[in-house]
Amino acid sequence: MSKQVFLTSAIVMFAMMLFSCAPSTNQVLATKESQVKLRAIQSRVFDTTDKEKMLRTVIATLQDLGFVVDKADAILGTVSATKLDRYALRMTVSVRPRGQSQLIVRANAQYNIYPVEDPKPYQQFFDALSKAMFLTAHQVD
Amino acid sequence: MRYLTLKRLISYLITCLLLITLSCANRIPNEALQLSKESLKNRQLQTRYFDTDERTLLSASAALLQDLGFNINESETKLGVIVCSKKRSAKSVGQIVGSVLLALFTGVYTPVDKEQLIRASLVTKPLYKDDHETSKCRTAVRITFQRIVVNTEGQITRRECINDPKIYQEFFDKLSQSLFLEANEI
Repeated sequence: MSKQVFLTSAIVMFAMMLFSCAPSTNQVLATKESQVKLRAIQSRVFDTTDKEKMLRTVIATLQDLGFVVDKADAILGTVSATKLDRYALRMTVSVRPRGQSQLIVRANAQYNIYPVEDPKPYQQFFDALSKAMFLTAHQVD
Repeated sequence: MRYLTLKRLISYLITCLLLITLSCANRIPNEALQLSKESLKNRQLQTRYFDTDERTLLSASAALLQDLGFNINESETKLGVIVCSKKRSAKSVGQIVGSVLLALFTGVYTPVDKEQLIRASLVTKPLYKDDHETSKCRTAVRITFQRIVVNTEGQITRRECINDPKIYQEFFDKLSQSLFLEANEI
């Protein structure tokens, strides 16, 4: 019995050593979810073409949620912001035209050192954004 | 023999529990991106309206931020954004005295807060535009402060938003002065 326990613990330790040997550079291009699924979670479409107004509303929404802006670019259409509340939550939002009459808004967030890949926080963000925009956020199809 | 295995089992359980709690630390809190009652209160606290155009307000704000010792990190006038920061001491006498006393009695050294990075983003929003007369324009300005405090060991001890009404009140008082100076070209 005790031999068995010893063996299992040896195996567990060996496995842990193996894991720790994997190079941490594998994080560079790592994602848990598939690209398609991530895009669906992180993007919404709005029926407007006013990019500047959308960007200004994105900034206002981020401020409402307690973020401080890090960077904003009107031409590239991106805004990055950080929220500090014991944790650090960093978010980048981009706004791009989609067809002739729509804008696509994409957000991605990082919580401390982890990517946020849950649908719920993004849903909350887009709810706040569409309220501020007085427009409905459509899922990308 | 039996007792030993039980002990091992318990230690395994504890390890598992630890791993579970550790993996919970990477979950974003539910309220992180949720609008709350506080959000509205903070918006009111952090926003003021001025009867001037966006350009004038932005340049008066940049001048004030410099007055206050901030460095501008980033700006995008097309979206009315200024991002600035400054590094300052975070030493507090009370904390140092406490640490020294504790060291005297217990011999244990406790690190104290050393420096802080204060960050702010200032965002303007035109509410009414008049191309001919700037005094007829109306622009909103919102500023948000946050800070990161590091102790003598180089560890982060605080990461927080600054929501003290007095700080915002004082900032906006100074901003109206800055606008006045700007209007009179001082």
